[in-house]
Amino acid sequence: MATTTKRIERSWLGQVWHNGLPVAVVVLALLVVWYAAACAMNASAVIERVLTPSGNPWTWQDLAAATWSMERPVLPAPHQIALDFWSSLVDWPLDSPRNLLFHVAVTGETTLVGFVLGTLLGLLLAIAIVHSRTLDRALLPWIVASQTVPVLAIAPIVLVILGSLGMEGLAPKAVIAMYLSFFPVTVAMVQGLRSPQVIETEMMHTYAATAWQSLWLLRLPAALPFLFPALRVGIAASLVGAMVAELPTGAAAGLGARLLTGSYYGNTLAIWSALVMSSLLGLLLTAVVGLTERLALRHRHT
Amino acid sequence: MNPDPTPAVAASSPPAARAAVEVRNASVIYETADTPVQALSDIDLRINEGEFVSLIGPSGCGKTTLLRVIADLEHISSGTVLVNGVSPHDARLARAYGYVFQAPALFPWRTVLGNVMLPLQIQGMDAAQNRAVAIEHLERVGLKGFEGKYPWQLSGGMQQRVSIARALAFEPKILMMDEPFGALDEITRDRLNEQLQQLWQRERRTVVFVTHSIAEAVYLSTKIVVMSPRPGRIVKVIDSPLPDERHLALRDTQAFMDVAHEVREALADGHHD
Repeated sequence: MATTTKRIERSWLGQVWHNGLPVAVVVLALLVVWYAAACAMNASAVIERVLTPSGNPWTWQDLAAATWSMERPVLPAPHQIALDFWSSLVDWPLDSPRNLLFHVAVTGETTLVGFVLGTLLGLLLAIAIVHSRTLDRALLPWIVASQTVPVLAIAPIVLVILGSLGMEGLAPKAVIAMYLSFFPVTVAMVQGLRSPQVIETEMMHTYAATAWQSLWLLRLPAALPFLFPALRVGIAASLVGAMVAELPTGAAAGLGARLLTGSYYGNTLAIWSALVMSSLLGLLLTAVVGLTERLALRHRHT
Repeated sequence: MNPDPTPAVAASSPPAARAAVEVRNASVIYETADTPVQALSDIDLRINEGEFVSLIGPSGCGKTTLLRVIADLEHISSGTVLVNGVSPHDARLARAYGYVFQAPALFPWRTVLGNVMLPLQIQGMDAAQNRAVAIEHLERVGLKGFEGKYPWQLSGGMQQRVSIARALAFEPKILMMDEPFGALDEITRDRLNEQLQQLWQRERRTVVFVTHSIAEAVYLSTKIVVMSPRPGRIVKVIDSPLPDERHLALRDTQAFMDVAHEVREALADGHHD
């Protein structure tokens, strides 16, 4: 009994070693490159503004130390970003715009609302397209064309139009997030709803099933494996849409707004922290979708 | 069109044997790019209630097409088809038949029990009652204890048995089977043939069975319809002299081999035409 446990433990550790080592090596290499790049890119500014005015002779160590601790570096060093990130979380209350979680809440809300709306719109469009040949021909080209228009060009227009209709705050931003996230869902669900084989459709026909019964009992469950990859893409797209939607209004809150203000004031550390936070948010959101997928499809065997 | 055959058939048949399926002068023509293909030509066939009828013939003889016409999965170009006295369309809406396809076509996201409950659910019956009925049908095909399994956990033969239980779930009067055991190995096939025969003996449901195996057709059927291709037509209808109660050992008897021989001759005749 004891030996078995020990063997499992060792193999588990071995597993971590086996899988973690390549990742660790890449991370280490990246850090080295990053610190070197930070030194090189910040060097001229540091020499001009810090080392030369001081009048003292300086060494390579002085240069490195100075380039890795600037207040507004061209490229901040990793530990600077980590410190700024951490301080924004612990040094400020949750309702302060200096706290990144405040912005995460704003952007996250827009992303989720846009994602839910986009998924619903995508589902409805896919169901309409699958059930009507006319709609298939009428809608699909427009849906594809809609995605060729850059979201940055669409966003200000949407905000102006919806603003004139009295919609402000969350709603216009969610619409832009929805605009990006409905597309993958539509395309995947059209494919998924059409995935049942002829024999399965004919079987429903012999049961005299209605179109709704066929949709609910056959087409939708058959389409689920197509839906989830689209949802992963859709939620990431929704996050992009939510952040882009924060830019044209000069919105005061949200990760996108944080990126914008950071670049206005040349506050590179703030930009990088917001960037790290938005990627963490993206990872979290896709992970939640991935978990839901595993839960929903746990009995499927392919 | 031609009023003569109808009264003649009605008069000659004994009042006890009611027709489950009547096909008169039925033709199916597929329009293709070059020439129209005659899939079925002038089919006349009467299947009485309680009969086990096999449609046998080489590929392209229209045996599956004929079954699909009866099941309202395909439409005739001319002629008449009646199922339980009404059109195949109405019979389908009245859930007159259960259909077993070549492949089990079980939904992978449903358990074995869930798959058998599917037609009952579509019929809109009470869920608890569906459950009890489905469990009973699984028991009848020998799959008690497998209710909670998923289709991929079952062998091919077991999957096809689930699909038979599913076809019988709402107690249709007619069971239609399109080469249901074609994809299975011979040993499994023999066992399922025996079980299907016993099922028929117990319930005496009308069965229309498509096969390309002579042994299977002779072993199972009370009536064998031999078909031939180009154009698809019936060359001979053989009423089996074999007793209703059958066991696998029957296949080694002279009587069995005589019927098999007759079927083989008819198939060969159809080919020479």
